[in-house]
Amino acid sequence: MHSDQSYTGSLQTFRHGVHPESYKERSSASPIERMPFVEEYTMHLNQHLGAPSKPIVREGQRVRRGELIAEAGGFVSVALHAPVDGTVVAIDLFSHPNGQMQPAIKIRIDPYSTQRMEVPLPEIPVEQMDYQAFINGVQQAGIVGMGGAAFPAHVKFAIPEGKVCRYLMLNGCECEPFLTCDHRIMVEYADALIDGTRILQHFVQAEKIFIGIEANKPDAIAILREAAGSSGLPIEVAPLQVKYPQGAEKMMITAILGEEVPSGKLPLDVGTMVSNVGTIVAVADYFRRSKPLIERVLTVTGTAVQRAANLLVPIGTPMRQVVEYCGGITVPSPRILLGGPMMGMVQKNLDVPVVKGTSGILILTDKEVQSFDTYSCIRCGRCLDACPLFLNPAKMGLLAKNGLWDELEENNVLDCFECASCSFVCPSGIPLVQSFRVGKSMIREKKARENK
Amino acid sequence: MPESSRTIISTAPFLHDQATTPRIMWEVVLSMMPLLLAGFYFFGLSAVLVTAVCVLACMGTEWLFQGGAKLRDGSALITGMLLAFTLPPGFPLWMAFVGGVVAIGMGKAIWGGLGQNIFNPALVGRAFLQAAFPGAITTWELPDGQYLTGRGGNFSLPFLKADVVDAISGATPLAKMKFSHELTNWSDLLVGNTSGCIGETSTALILLAGLYLAYRGLINWRIPIGIFIAVATLSALVYGSAPDRYPPPHFMLMAGGLMLGAVYMATDLVTSPLTSNGIWIYSCGIGALVVLIRLWGGLPEGVMYAILLMNAATPLINRYTRRRVYGHS
Repeated sequence: MHSDQSYTGSLQTFRHGVHPESYKERSSASPIERMPFVEEYTMHLNQHLGAPSKPIVREGQRVRRGELIAEAGGFVSVALHAPVDGTVVAIDLFSHPNGQMQPAIKIRIDPYSTQRMEVPLPEIPVEQMDYQAFINGVQQAGIVGMGGAAFPAHVKFAIPEGKVCRYLMLNGCECEPFLTCDHRIMVEYADALIDGTRILQHFVQAEKIFIGIEANKPDAIAILREAAGSSGLPIEVAPLQVKYPQGAEKMMITAILGEEVPSGKLPLDVGTMVSNVGTIVAVADYFRRSKPLIERVLTVTGTAVQRAANLLVPIGTPMRQVVEYCGGITVPSPRILLGGPMMGMVQKNLDVPVVKGTSGILILTDKEVQSFDTYSCIRCGRCLDACPLFLNPAKMGLLAKNGLWDELEENNVLDCFECASCSFVCPSGIPLVQSFRVGKSMIREKKARENK
Repeated sequence: MPESSRTIISTAPFLHDQATTPRIMWEVVLSMMPLLLAGFYFFGLSAVLVTAVCVLACMGTEWLFQGGAKLRDGSALITGMLLAFTLPPGFPLWMAFVGGVVAIGMGKAIWGGLGQNIFNPALVGRAFLQAAFPGAITTWELPDGQYLTGRGGNFSLPFLKADVVDAISGATPLAKMKFSHELTNWSDLLVGNTSGCIGETSTALILLAGLYLAYRGLINWRIPIGIFIAVATLSALVYGSAPDRYPPPHFMLMAGGLMLGAVYMATDLVTSPLTSNGIWIYSCGIGALVVLIRLWGGLPEGVMYAILLMNAATPLINRYTRRRVYGHS
């Protein structure tokens, strides 16, 4: 099933999980290309978890590439920067990949600009900053988790009182099928990745640094082993078994340390800080080159796109133009997914911009994803053997179907991080994880009402 | 809610594993075909007739209760075949039909259909037949190589005395053991050249089918293994204490319905426990009950009741073998 596995035998991993076909071959060998500049960019104020950014520009104002256009709207929020030299043409509601109309700053490019970024380096080198200044810097750079969740990175990097970070883990698993952007980042930006690690390590002072990579990326493992060896940092590159959801934070910690993160707790509660490899490169970009998060690497792939590619795309680029750059769509009624096929979102059309959390644009045929038959649960137990958290999806599915939210909560549905392994294996095609999402929001809503 | 409906996916996941419920069921049916052929080889057309009638009754009852769409999942076909495999080849066809109706009607439909039942439907049907027609279900025939003649009892009609005059009756290996202490040759047990139920006699074929099912992940290998271990261990202890009074372990494993029960009946996904620990309790429980009933009970065979009893215990086993959830102490 996993065709490109070159490390076999006793690799570290977690228990349970599933083996979806990887579909990575189409783009994994394509070097990262810079997406050419386009006419207009839509910068959503809400492209991270937490409070939206607050705009500090007005319509008609000229902005420079990398210039601050919106500041963080609170602690759990980050800044936003212009991706190009140009003019603010509108601050209004625009389509967001989440399906809603949301406030955004629209910038029209200056066609005569060279688009060279001219932002001064920080006044003092990052190694001479104190921890707080570093945290502020990460927030001002607009850096979010690049794995897809887009949680503000500085919140994760801040170590609360009484906690220690013994292990720093870089997540290069990329266990979602189809996606290859993290793979290319590790292969091509290895130096920046090690440099970003050096910066973060300077502040967190971890005993040991792990880079967790699924064993189907032997080139990334080899390159990072070499780069780590000459870095003088306590880095261990850990090849992990090819298994979904190996890249889930908790699963990677369990695979590498053999420890579980207690229910409702964070990785730092077991002395661990986990960060996606793309996030670490963004840290290096900002502190070494003064480049805030204005572009990201994403994978465009799928059976219904002309050419699969890994692209460095300015944030705010219309997805339609990204796909057109890859030769366009080859079927009349495609299905568009953002992110991977296991946890990604379906997208109605391509008239939305790339946001900081866009890790991939998947164009599949409707035949591949449209529909399947559902049957009764035959209690085969495959979902129980798939769930990495040892939940009982079969039972939870029955409870959710009958709207028994209290019982669903007693069966630990709130621990579920929606990896969708249960739905993937269910031979009866029962929408398990889909019903857990509904159940979780019903339970949270009920709790919110009770707390009022 | 309609049972089989097309679902338009608009939320993840957008990938799905290859195995689907109908595919699982049809593969199980496929694995039973060699057993049916063996039934025909040993017992002639009767084996096929009884099987056809059971399948017809099961699928007809399923259609009546659940509608035609349900038939596509193949589970009623499996129930029909399994029920037939546990009946003597000379069994009156009308009784077999009643058994099929009861298997689906009382074994599955009244519980709410596939996945909701507690007891193995085929065994519910068989238990009903054993209670209702104790004479017919213990009328055995020897393999005689006559392929085209229906057996004596097959065509008897309801409310008339079964015409058993022509039947060449022969006790099963277990009955011979129990009532006249006569041990059947192990090679006959292995091949299946003994009297018995249609699909239970060939130990070798059932084992091969079981290996295939386990390799394909369609049955949980722990169930037959647990049963074998329990039966072998217990009967070895008993046999060791008094070899002249009790049958040896290899006989206990190969005679009667143990193989068929362990591979096809106890492994029913719906009525067996969900967790590995639970499955060990369940399978060893079945094995222990089989030995208990066979050696000290009134009946020569105990596989059916052993499985039904452990089916009944399955919800309880599931409750007490709940797994520790990740991150919980």
